[in-house]
Amino acid sequence: MSLDIDALLGDGSVRIIVCCGSGGVGKTTTAAALALRAAEKHGREAVVLTIDPARRLAQSLGLTELSNTPRTVDRTTGGRLDAMMLDMKRTFDEVVLSHTSKEKAQEIFANPFYQAMSSTFSGTQEYMAMEKLAQLRAADRWDLIVVDTPPSRSALDFLDAPQRLARFLDGKMLRLLLAPAKGGRSVFSVMTAATSFFTGTIAKILGARLLTDIGTFVSSLDSTFGGFRRRADQTYKVLQDRETAFLVVATPEPDAVREAAYFAGRLTEERMPLAGLVLNRVHTTAVPELSVQRSLGAAEGLEEAELSPVTSGVLRIHADLVAQVDREARVAARFTAAHPEIPVTRVEAQAGDVHDLAALRDIGDLLAAG
Amino acid sequence: MTPAASFPSRRLHIVTGKGGTGKTTVAAALALALASGGRRTLLVEVEGRQGIAQLFDVPPLPYEERLIARGPDGGQVYALAVDAEEALLDYLAMFYKLGRAGRALKKLGAIDFATTIAPGLRDILLTGKVKEATTRMVNGRRAYDAVVLDAPPTGRVTRFLNVTAEAAKLAKVGPIKTHSEGVAAILRAKATTAVHVVTLLEDMPVQETADAITELTAHGMPVGSIILNGVRTDPLEGAKVTQAELKRGLAAAGLPADKAVVTGLLDEVRAHKTRLELEAGLRSELSGEPYPLVELPLLAEGIDLSGLYQLARILMTADEGSQG
Ligand SMILES: Nc1ncnc2c1ncn2[C@@H]1O[C@H](COP(=O)(O)OP(=O)(O)OP(=O)(O)O)[C@@H](O)[C@H]1O
Ligand SMILES: Nc1ncnc2c1ncn2[C@@H]1O[C@H](COP(=O)(O)OP(=O)(O)OP(=O)(O)O)[C@@H](O)[C@H]1O
Ligand SMILES: [Mg+2]
Ligand SMILES: [Mg+2]
Repeated sequence: MSLDIDALLGDGSVRIIVCCGSGGVGKTTTAAALALRAAEKHGREAVVLTIDPARRLAQSLGLTELSNTPRTVDRTTGGRLDAMMLDMKRTFDEVVLSHTSKEKAQEIFANPFYQAMSSTFSGTQEYMAMEKLAQLRAADRWDLIVVDTPPSRSALDFLDAPQRLARFLDGKMLRLLLAPAKGGRSVFSVMTAATSFFTGTIAKILGARLLTDIGTFVSSLDSTFGGFRRRADQTYKVLQDRETAFLVVATPEPDAVREAAYFAGRLTEERMPLAGLVLNRVHTTAVPELSVQRSLGAAEGLEEAELSPVTSGVLRIHADLVAQVDREARVAARFTAAHPEIPVTRVEAQAGDVHDLAALRDIGDLLAAG
Repeated sequence: MTPAASFPSRRLHIVTGKGGTGKTTVAAALALALASGGRRTLLVEVEGRQGIAQLFDVPPLPYEERLIARGPDGGQVYALAVDAEEALLDYLAMFYKLGRAGRALKKLGAIDFATTIAPGLRDILLTGKVKEATTRMVNGRRAYDAVVLDAPPTGRVTRFLNVTAEAAKLAKVGPIKTHSEGVAAILRAKATTAVHVVTLLEDMPVQETADAITELTAHGMPVGSIILNGVRTDPLEGAKVTQAELKRGLAAAGLPADKAVVTGLLDEVRAHKTRLELEAGLRSELSGEPYPLVELPLLAEGIDLSGLYQLARILMTADEGSQG
C-alpha cells in the first residue's frame, strides 16, 4: 500500500506529525521536508521542531544557534514555515519556571542533581522534546506541528524514555532512600532491614552529598508539579490525541527496518495510529535489465579481451548498485510481508547530502510520489 | 604527511565513532589483527547490546571472558560483555566484602537504581573492568597482549572516559575515588592507550569525528587513528566516460546498447562521481587532523567472519605506511 503524503499534509484535522525511527535514518530530514511541503504546497502554518539537526541543514533553516522559540524560515512560499532547534536544558528550566515561584525555581536550578539531570540524564532529551511539543500545541499558533525525535538507538525510546524518567523520579526506590526514617513501619516494613542496608551501601558509594541533593530536588519537584509522573502522563496525552499522526522512518537496512517494525507493533498496542513508513535512502537503478551477474560477467569478458576498460568500469559501478538495490528490496519486502496494512512511501537516496531548501523540496516531492 | 598507525604499540584500544559507522566491526577486526602471531587479545563491549555475539554469530555472551575466534595466524581473541550490575557486584565484593548480600541488593533493584541515579558510577565500573583486564597478570605474564573496547558513540565517549570528573560528583573519599584515579590514569596514558575514531565519508560522521577529537584532546585522552570505514573504490579510476565509447563497449560485450541503457548507465556513473567528489572533500578535511588515517573498504557482501579477517589484514598492514 502506498502512503499518500499530500493527503496527510492537506488534512486539516492532522495537527501534529511525529517522525520516529532509529538513529541516522533521516528523521530530521523527513520532518523538515514535510513541514516545508505543508507550508508551500498546502498553505499551512507549520512549525518544525528539530533535534540536533546537521549543522548545514540548521543553517539553511536559519537556525544558527539553539533558539528555544520558533523563527520563521525565509525564502519559502505559500503558508508559513517556522523552525526551531530543541534546547533541552532551557526547556526543562521553562517547565520548572512555569510551575513555581522565581525563588523556588532558582533553588532548583542551583541543585547539582538538577543540573546533571537536565543536561545528561538518559531520557531527558526525549522528555523535553515531548514537553516542547506540548508547549507548541498549547500556544496554538500553528495549524501543523512536525516533530523530529532525538537520535537514539531505538525508535521506542521516544515513547518510553519519558515514562522511565518519570517512574524513576517518582519511584519507590527513590522515596525509600530519601525517607528511610519515616517509611520504617509502613508498606515497606518487610523490607526495612534490607532497606537500611541498601541505603547504607548506596550512601557509601554515591556519597551522602549526592543523596541530599536528590532529596531536595525531588521534594521541590513534588511541591511544584505534585509529582513528576503526573506531569509526564499529562504530556504523553498529546501523543495519544486523535490529531496526532506518527510516521516511522527507516533506511532499507535490517536493523532500521526491524526497529520500525517494533515501533509499528508498539503503536498498535497503544492505539496510536501509525500513518505510514518512510523508507528513506532507497537506491534505484535505471537499467534493471542488466542484472549483477550479467554485468559482472560482461565486465570480466571485456577485461580478458582487453577491450574498453571504461565500459567494464561502468558495468562494475552498475553491478554494485544493482546488488544494493536487490538487497534493499529483500529487506523492505520483509517489512511489508509482516505489516501489509502499513502504507509505505520511498525516498530515493540522493547523491549528495540534503542540507538546503531546494534539496528539502526534492525530498518532499519524492515523499509525495509514494 | 600523516603518521603511521602502529596499532601493536598500544595495549588498550578504545574504538568510538558516530552511531552505525562500524565501531563494533572495526573493534572486532582490530582485536583479530592484534591477535596475529600467536598473541592473545580481549574484545570488550559495554553497552549491553550483544553486538559481538551477533557479529560472530554465537549465543549471547555472559559476563565472562570467552574464546571467540582465532587470530589470522594463530593467536586467540577472547570476548567479554561487561555488565554494569555485575561489575558493581564485583566491586562491592572486592571493597566491602559483600558476598551474597550483594545479590540481595540486585534483587531489590538497588543496583539498577544506583547506576541510574549516578550514570557516572556506571561508567566508572565499566571502565574499571576494562582497566582490570588490561593490567591483569597471570603467572607473571600479561593476561592479554591487547584489549580492544567497543566504546560508546562519539556523542557520549568523552564523558564515558572522563572518570575522574564523574567520580568527583560521587563520594569524595573511599575506595571509589582511589579506584577511579587508577582507571583515569590508564585511560590517559599515551604509552598504553589509544582512542580510535571510526567514520564514514559522510557529512555528519565526519563532523562528529572532528568534534570528538577536539573534545577528547581537551580532556587529555590520547587519540590514536581516524579509521575511514566503508570506503568505496572507483572502478573507473577517474577515467571519463563518453556516450560513444560506452555504446561501443556494451556492443562488444554483447549487451544491449540502446539509448535507454546508455543514458541510464551514464546517470548512474554521474551519481557515483558526485558521491566520490563529496568523499574526496571529506577525506581532505580529515587529513588536516594530525592523526593517521586508516582506510577500510566497503565490503559489498556485508560483514561476515571472512570479511572481518579481510579488514583485520588491512589493519595489520596499516603500520607499514600512511594511507592518508
Ligand atoms: N534521501 C536521502 N538521500 C541522501 N542523504 C540523505 C537522505 N536523507 C537523509 N540524508 C542525509 O543523511 C544524514 C542523516 O539524516 P538525518 O539527520 O535526517 O537523520 P536522523 O534520523 O535525524 O539522524 P539522528 O538519529 O542522528 O538524529 C544527513 O546528512 C542527511 O543529509
Ligand atoms: N567495511 C564495511 N563494509 C560493509 N559493511 C560494513 C562495513 N563496516 C560495517 N558494516 C556494516 O554496517 C553496519 C553497522 O556496523 P556496526 O554495527 O559495526 O556499527 P556500530 O558503529 O557498532 O553501530 P552502533 O552505533 O549501532 O553500535 C553493520 O550492518 C555492518 O555489518
Ligand atoms: Mg536527527
Ligand atoms: Mg556497535
